Amino acid sequence: MRTTSRLLSLVLAMALPLAAAAQQITVSAAASLTDAFKELGTQFEATKPGATVRFNFAASGVLLQQIQQGAPVDVFASADEVTMDRAVEQKLVDTATRKDFVTNSLVLIEPTQGGPDVKTLQDLTGPAVKKIAIGKTATVPVGRYTKQVLDGANLWAPLEPKFVQADSVRQVLDYVARGEVEAGFVYRTDAAIMGDKVKVVLTPSTPTPVTYPIAVVGESKEKALAKDFIAYMSTDAAQKVLTRFGFGKP
Amino acid sequence: MNTTISLLASMDWFPLGLSLKVAAFATLLALIVGLALGWVFARKRFPGRTVLEAVFMLPLVLPPTVIGYGILVLAGRRGPIGAWLRTHFDYTIIFNWHGAVVASAVVALPLVLKSASAAFEGVDRSLEAAASTLRQSPLSVFLRVTLPLAWPGILAGTLLAFARAMGEFGASLMVAGSIPKQTQTLSMAIYDAVQAGQDDMALVLVIVTSLLSITVLVLSNRFFSLR
Repeated sequence: MRTTSRLLSLVLAMALPLAAAAQQITVSAAASLTDAFKELGTQFEATKPGATVRFNFAASGVLLQQIQQGAPVDVFASADEVTMDRAVEQKLVDTATRKDFVTNSLVLIEPTQGGPDVKTLQDLTGPAVKKIAIGKTATVPVGRYTKQVLDGANLWAPLEPKFVQADSVRQVLDYVARGEVEAGFVYRTDAAIMGDKVKVVLTPSTPTPVTYPIAVVGESKEKALAKDFIAYMSTDAAQKVLTRFGFGKP
Repeated sequence: MNTTISLLASMDWFPLGLSLKVAAFATLLALIVGLALGWVFARKRFPGRTVLEAVFMLPLVLPPTVIGYGILVLAGRRGPIGAWLRTHFDYTIIFNWHGAVVASAVVALPLVLKSASAAFEGVDRSLEAAASTLRQSPLSVFLRVTLPLAWPGILAGTLLAFARAMGEFGASLMVAGSIPKQTQTLSMAIYDAVQAGQDDMALVLVIVTSLLSITVLVLSNRFFSLR
């Protein structure tokens, strides 16, 4: 009998944290937001005692796919409007909660050590550049921005044999930082994180500005907290962090 | 029905061809190394043998990411082997289908090694001794007596290795990347299709892979029961 009651209280004690942490939201965010959001998550939790924020970082297209398949996500932050538009079309997010909260820009980077010394987009066609890392155009927003820029310069088709398609912008960054490719297209905020290993050689202007929309996921069970998280992005404290990581104001 | 036909017509079969090619070369590589090592582990006694054997069996249990990382560190541009190959031959296995071959061979090696080692151990040593008394050279004994007696087991292991190489994903992805028309194997094409939400294409590729693997496994079982 005593053992049973002990066991029971043990089970209860173990279940307690579950009950206490009921106020939890999962934020699916574009890979480029990784570092800034981790810091903002801690800050947000400090302002809301009892609330916890979990993050799921990947390419925006992959996140959309997960939400579509019914992943329990409360907030979706994408690195381009195209992906969020798809989410709206498929009625996966609450359109009323959608807002742009940061901007970014596309940059061409090369390894600091032994880079091919690219100066212009045209230089990418040279023999010194063997492989160029880009995001997969189907799922990774930075890949789509890259395609827009290279299409505009009539370089997409000639450069295509050199492309290595990465799963997210952070994988592009990693390939360049390791020196496995001679060049890659990422956001300026990513380049800043690996400032010692990669250098920005060019900031081409994108036909579509790089803006990040955020919205509450329709299936969310914690909509109030999810809305609070989105609202928090507009506060001075949050914008200060985002600016520090190199993001622009919308 | 019509959509199925149009889907099949528009399918890109390059990944299937590449997977078969990569798996064939990887199996060949694993077979050569596995036979040699299998024979050594079956016949030779030396200090540290069990530890060494465990090291070669590691790819069977390690996550593919560890294999991929290891190859990147060794054969990447700044790795010892990679830097040497680059300066002397301007060659790299990174982002090249050869990289997928190396990754798949490493992962498939334990399967050949284990079955070859077991098959060699199962060969009656007195038959080899008899051949030796008939003035056969050691190589001749190996080729005419040992190998013919051990081959069903070896072949079964080789088929398993081929199936494993066909299914390789993680390490190959890290080393060779998923470049359409260059390094995108069947398993990577499935991954990309799922990520992009092309579920019907993924399904077709999954069925193709499964059928292929079942065929190979059935064949492998036949040879194991031959022993």
